[in-house]
Amino acid sequence: MTAALRFDPIRLPPECEQLRKEVRKFLADEIAAGTFDPHQPNREDTDAPEFSRRVGERGWLGMTWPKKYGGHERSFLERYVVTEEMRVANAPTRRFFVADRQSGPVLLKYAPEHIKMDILPRICRGEVCFAIGMSEPNSGSDLFAAKTKATRTDGGFLINGTKIWTSSAHIADYMIAIFRTSPPTKENRRHGLTQFLVKMKQPGIQVNPIGQITGQFEFNEVVFTDYFVPDDHMLGEIDGAWKQATSELAYERSGPERFLETYYVLTELVRAVGPKPDTRSAEGIGRLVAQLHTMRRMSVSVAGMLQAGKEPVVEASIVKDIGTIWEQQLPHRVRDLAAFVEENAGNRETLEHQLSFAIKTAPKLTIQGGTTEVLRGIIARGLGLR
Amino acid sequence: MAESENIVAETAERIFADLADAQTINSDKNGSWKAPLWQALTESGLPLAWVPEELGGSGASLAEGFSVLSSAGRFAVAVPLAETMLAGWLLAQAKIASPEGEMTVAPASPRDRITLNADGTLSGRARGVPFAKAAKHIAVLADDGKGNALSIALVDAASVRIEAGLGLGGDASDTVTFSKVAPITIKPAPKGFDQTALMLMGGVARSLQIAGALESMLDISVRYSNERVAFEKKISKFQAVQHNLARLAGESAAALAAATSAADAVANSTSFDDAFFLEAASAKIRCSEAAEKGAAIAHQVHGAIGFTIEHILHRYSLRALAWRDDFGSESYWAVELGKLVADRGADELWPLVASR
Repeated sequence: MTAALRFDPIRLPPECEQLRKEVRKFLADEIAAGTFDPHQPNREDTDAPEFSRRVGERGWLGMTWPKKYGGHERSFLERYVVTEEMRVANAPTRRFFVADRQSGPVLLKYAPEHIKMDILPRICRGEVCFAIGMSEPNSGSDLFAAKTKATRTDGGFLINGTKIWTSSAHIADYMIAIFRTSPPTKENRRHGLTQFLVKMKQPGIQVNPIGQITGQFEFNEVVFTDYFVPDDHMLGEIDGAWKQATSELAYERSGPERFLETYYVLTELVRAVGPKPDTRSAEGIGRLVAQLHTMRRMSVSVAGMLQAGKEPVVEASIVKDIGTIWEQQLPHRVRDLAAFVEENAGNRETLEHQLSFAIKTAPKLTIQGGTTEVLRGIIARGLGLR
Repeated sequence: MAESENIVAETAERIFADLADAQTINSDKNGSWKAPLWQALTESGLPLAWVPEELGGSGASLAEGFSVLSSAGRFAVAVPLAETMLAGWLLAQAKIASPEGEMTVAPASPRDRITLNADGTLSGRARGVPFAKAAKHIAVLADDGKGNALSIALVDAASVRIEAGLGLGGDASDTVTFSKVAPITIKPAPKGFDQTALMLMGGVARSLQIAGALESMLDISVRYSNERVAFEKKISKFQAVQHNLARLAGESAAALAAATSAADAVANSTSFDDAFFLEAASAKIRCSEAAEKGAAIAHQVHGAIGFTIEHILHRYSLRALAWRDDFGSESYWAVELGKLVADRGADELWPLVASR
């Protein structure tokens, strides 16, 4: 038996191509109406609630979820098409992206029925924004070192402590967070954390913006002071968050957003070199396209595994490891190749502006959502080395 | 994977396991393993897998044949199996029956051209032709000297001049010169079939072989890291080694994904369009890049022992590196793919990628 991982050549079924046309038409109309500029990638600052509602109206949120919760019972491969088209167009997805990708599925699995009935349809309508409360000032990659405490009180828990690097917390309606309900045990240092649904914009929560090197303010410090969470907002098993966190990872780590974050610079490079590139530009572009195509085929393959009900955590880690390093290096490779582009290339200013932003974005790509080092640890465990 | 694909692949796998064990071959100084292996492959109809039964072959599907090549890569098979399969496939394009015995293909590089002269003979030189010395026949793609009127020919290997050469992996990589050579049979190539199509098909075959070799490099590297002790523990317990092996797993997976995707595209394609080009060229580019990164890591994990002739690692690592050069290197295909992308224009790049 080989240790190598298989990524079978899954093809998107025909219904996906019709859907792709619809998404492209929708995005073209939004661009024409001035909702967003596809050449301006710094969309992370842009909260676009109206756009979010229109995406919901089209039935493109909660696509794979049961209809009784407002979902559409479509396939992961169909969701994949919507995600990649939105990403490539630089559409302002911030308001709904996290809720649709991972918060909704967590609620589906662990929330009580009345909460599912309350929140999931609103996610599907594009009305609510979610944040993820994992990292703390002294607990990043080492998730299970989290200290923010949930203390038993009448009818629920009181939360005290600080989450940090929390994307979108400043606009979020909810957060799914892990808090400490018990100390770790000698046998299992991962024991004692519990997952909770937190309603934001309530007394006891203070959100402090943190500036990033890109000039944006999209992540935050979130301070909890005697914040009350009712019992029915506990998600899953008490002290058992460690059993729940891993199944999320395949969703979080294998999507097209894990290699398309800086894709726009490649499009502009192709535009800048024109139809008759020199050998150097042609080779550079050819290699980048071959690498991109390969990652996309791996990523689609993982979507196929998810559709088949598998939990491809190691495969997803490989996609994110290779994908994020690629999207991190991409602006630098494009900068190399653009060095000899004609001064009078029509899009030179756009390309330079984009490169400046992409190069500043690049360092975070191999950190957010699981560092390269953590991913390689997971892959090594999959190889039987740990 | 269809049931029948499993049976063909399993047959190949069993023959390789019995008769192409890397350790046995590595210790065999006089090459006595070759004849029994070739005989077993021939008896199972594998070298002519892609030749229809009416043309003398076993009539397996493209997909079945590709699975044989993956397996051949995993065993770093050093007989002209892939070459004979490709030659039979090329001849079948022009409905030319395949003879028995080893074959190879010319040209094997996109830069070489063989010309069909007005008198019906063939002229030209093909470099880096794998296993030409071992071949009894050569399947040739020729044109009229201007890149038009393509013909496919069956040529007796005894009628051409062959200068022996060795590839990186120690397998024959010869220069074949055609000086007014009369072919045994020659027929027009089907419409739309050109040298690019042949090179891409050869490139997909090599991509699968490289991906297979990387799978084996990963396996033997993981195994070795679990055996070798340094600083009083298995080296697999060192995080630096674990991360190297994780990267090797990633390169192996990327190569396998690119190669199997391209093979699937070829097996289900009716024309040599841009999407086919993207798949096949990308596979050759990405698998070759993976060979470079993967071989370096596998050797790094093994240390000095992997650098010895006695150890089997070089059978996989050097062949994977050598296969990069056949049917167009990664830099050749990158230039061609880059030109295609530039010609289609910036806003047509994503639609091309998303079409696969």
